[in-house]
Amino acid sequence: MSLAERPGAAEPWRDPAAEPFLRIEKLTKRFGDFVALDEVSLPIYRGELFALLGGSGSGKSTLLRCLAGFLEPDAGRIVLDGQDMAGVPPYARPVNMMFQSYALFPHMSVAQNIGFGLKQEGAARSVIRDRVTEMLAMVKMEGFGDRKPAALSGGQRARVALARALAKRPKLLLLDEPLSALDKNLRESTQFELINIQERTGTTFVIVTHDQEEAMTMATRLAVMDRGTLAQVGTPSDVYEFPNSRFTAEFLGTANILEGVVEGVEAEGVRIGSSELDFDILAEPAASKPLGARVFVALRPERMRIERVAPGTPLGDNRLVGRVRDIGYYGDFFLYYVVLANGKEVRVSQPNLRRRTERPVDWEDTVAVTWDRQASMVLPE
Amino acid sequence: MRGIGRLAIPLGLGFAFLYLPILLMVLFSFNDSRMVTTFTGFSLRWYEGLWRNEVLMGALGLSLRIAAISATMATILGVLAGFALARFGRFPGRAGFGAVMAAPLVMPEVITGLSLLLLFVAMESVFGFPAGRGASTVAIAHATFGAAYVAVVVQSRLADFDLSLEEAAMDLGARPWKVFAVITLPLIAPGIAAGWLLAFTLSLDDLVIASFVSGPGASTLPMVIFSTVRLGLTPELYALATVLVAVVGVALALALRLVRRR
Amino acid sequence: MTPRTRRRLVLALPWAWMALFFVVPFAFVLSIAFAEPSEGLPPYAPLLRWSGEATAVLQLNLANFQLLLEDSYYLDAYLRSLRVAAVSATLCLFIGYPMALAIARAPETWKNLLLMLVILPFWTSFLLRVTAWIGILQDQGWLNGALLTLGVIAEPIPLLYTDTAMYIGITYCYLPFMVLPLYATLSKLDPSLLEAAEDLGAPPWRAFLQITLPLSLPGIVAGFLLVFIPAVGEFVIPELLGGPGAQLIGRVLWTEFFQNRDWPLASALAIVLLAALVLPIALFQWRAGR
Ligand SMILES: Nc1ncnc2c1ncn2[C@@H]1O[C@H](COP(=O)(O)OP(=O)(O)O)[C@@H](O)[C@H]1O
Ligand SMILES: [Mg+2]
Repeated sequence: MSLAERPGAAEPWRDPAAEPFLRIEKLTKRFGDFVALDEVSLPIYRGELFALLGGSGSGKSTLLRCLAGFLEPDAGRIVLDGQDMAGVPPYARPVNMMFQSYALFPHMSVAQNIGFGLKQEGAARSVIRDRVTEMLAMVKMEGFGDRKPAALSGGQRARVALARALAKRPKLLLLDEPLSALDKNLRESTQFELINIQERTGTTFVIVTHDQEEAMTMATRLAVMDRGTLAQVGTPSDVYEFPNSRFTAEFLGTANILEGVVEGVEAEGVRIGSSELDFDILAEPAASKPLGARVFVALRPERMRIERVAPGTPLGDNRLVGRVRDIGYYGDFFLYYVVLANGKEVRVSQPNLRRRTERPVDWEDTVAVTWDRQASMVLPE
Repeated sequence: MRGIGRLAIPLGLGFAFLYLPILLMVLFSFNDSRMVTTFTGFSLRWYEGLWRNEVLMGALGLSLRIAAISATMATILGVLAGFALARFGRFPGRAGFGAVMAAPLVMPEVITGLSLLLLFVAMESVFGFPAGRGASTVAIAHATFGAAYVAVVVQSRLADFDLSLEEAAMDLGARPWKVFAVITLPLIAPGIAAGWLLAFTLSLDDLVIASFVSGPGASTLPMVIFSTVRLGLTPELYALATVLVAVVGVALALALRLVRRR
Repeated sequence: MTPRTRRRLVLALPWAWMALFFVVPFAFVLSIAFAEPSEGLPPYAPLLRWSGEATAVLQLNLANFQLLLEDSYYLDAYLRSLRVAAVSATLCLFIGYPMALAIARAPETWKNLLLMLVILPFWTSFLLRVTAWIGILQDQGWLNGALLTLGVIAEPIPLLYTDTAMYIGITYCYLPFMVLPLYATLSKLDPSLLEAAEDLGAPPWRAFLQITLPLSLPGIVAGFLLVFIPAVGEFVIPELLGGPGAQLIGRVLWTEFFQNRDWPLASALAIVLLAALVLPIALFQWRAGR
């Protein structure tokens, strides 16, 4: 459940007049000859929980460290709440970071860690004490103030790191793979807690992750990064349902990619012919491309149906016939690997609806795979 | 996990080799006889003799002073140098600086001693400083090679240091000097303390360099021990060794306790 | 303050100190090695002499180096030093390797204590530890006493002031320098490598020869050099335990300097010794650089 899907949630990025809270403009960062960030431009709005998603080495951390001020960009601007961040050192930025390793100071107690930032500002002791208490309560760590970080569990350390980063009430909170050190269950519960805290404090979060589920569940919007550029930016559902490239389609979720040529634009939809496959793909008219254009069509496994048919059943529009090569059992669903006559393979998933019943489809069965035209996601080649 | 197994035998023999001579010294420091090798009865007379041996005690005092001063200077120099080597990346002259900081570690003592003496002699004839040689020239010499040891210890300590701790402090508003003072320094403090102790021990132990650069009237403890040994063994030396072993043992036990409690 | 100024500030003090007290002195050693000995203090003639009309005359005296090359006494001392250092380092390796391996395989809770035990002798006076060996090895010493009592020997065997005594002394004093780097590499060795080797059919001794030993080579090289290099220039141990024939280069230098007061010759010896040591270090650096 992400914020974007909650009824009534504001979506300032759909409003051309809205003023971004954080403007990243043509940001470029090089390490020697290597371009780690290539003219990245990105507006982020107040109160967003924005996720940077991408493979290892795609430049996520580099972008985050530019925002924190640990790296000086080679070109471009970062404007936060109307203030240009150029030349502002990390210790003077109204930005705080939750580190991947948490970076809790081992020689200080939990309370001293959380109070560290305010102490640097010269805040009064009573102010620091009250804020530390408040922060400990916020992350449900009351009573742990006197512990040393070494005496905490992984989940507790993550909470302290979050409390410390929020204690100064930064305008922007950066999180570098904040939950990657936690095991799966703890990670999921902590994700929801993070969302809760983000909503309550209203702080703008930019979170780096390589975990697509994490990005999808948490983010208001996300950016998929690829080799120093933003491959696509949008709400999780926008990017998942309307990928703009083969890269994003395959990076976010699973996709079967078919290749074809636009053969006709009809009233009921676009017809994409595929000589190698001997069948046509139908798609929504909105996916219109010029006649004769070569395109990729991405199909999500969960949007396809599978049924056993007699051998020799012909192909049709949005209808493939093949043989089941393998079945993956995932508990909540089955994943079928279907080999077509020409050797191409597609993956189809079906929810595991009933316990202990026979599978409707088995190994080596001849099956038909069908889907609705809305499920055909047409990508430019 | 693979156990020690039969390796316990060479380990035990190795430790016997290391400790038997020391144990014999400790035992015979309580010997009643002047004979340094046959035990005739328990006595503390050599400790008394040691206490009254003004030459040895005077040299011990001088050596302790030199060791404390040179170790402190070595620590200041070594911390700066180790920090630069660990943190400044590839600054101009890094290779040269690294070589100069590491070279004293492997330099034969006779060469270090000789070269420093030649320097001091030349400096005196040109600047009139240092006027003559003695405790201060020994301290300078010891600070120089001690700095190299401290630099190594500090550098390796910093190499294991999680840089994101410093970034986190800076991110939370601490300026660079503040970061160094409240994060880096406290966390490498055990390394610095170890470096200081190392420099202190090396200074207390050095015979060769001190012999070159010291002057009349400034005989350090090793110099006095050396001339005594050449005249023959005395149980007083065993008593001195026992005292030193006890002091080191207690100091290390305390240090270990302190580390454990952290 | 810019980061650059900050760096310069940090570097200034150690740079200046080491330049003055470590680099510059070598210039003096080098120049005095080319000087002629003379009476007086300092006992050498300056290289640069002012001749009448404000011009300096540089006199290089190569006699010292010539002597070092021609008199076999010096060449022998030099070769003997290398041999003694190499043999001692090898002895340290054979005693130290099993110790380091044992400590690396000891239970976690013991490791620190065992390491401490290796380092502890190093913190007690070096000179007094050498002295202890005089008590052990002399004719009426503990060792001869024990052997006589046991009836192994009929009369004391001469042990002190022999090469054996010197080797024992050097091995004894430098053993920790061998154990520590060996332990450092051995303890980093992933134990599952050995398990994998044994899983693939290698008996323990073979796993040791083919896995542990090659992977600990960096530690062996480091430990060997840490013993070899200071041992080459060692003065105290050959002087106190070795015989009159144990003229190692450090001892020769000491004698030339303190007894013969020939500073230029001592300087020339230092230069040659240094040159001899730069070679293995350069070799090590080159290896490590690869
Ligand atoms: N300090 C640096 N020096 C040189 N290259 C770097 C440095 N930091 C990052 N890089 C390179 O920049 C690329 C992007 O790194 P990073 O932003 O850490 O990726 P991500 O966080 O997405 O995994 C990587 O190829 C990495 O090797
Ligand atoms: Mg990263």
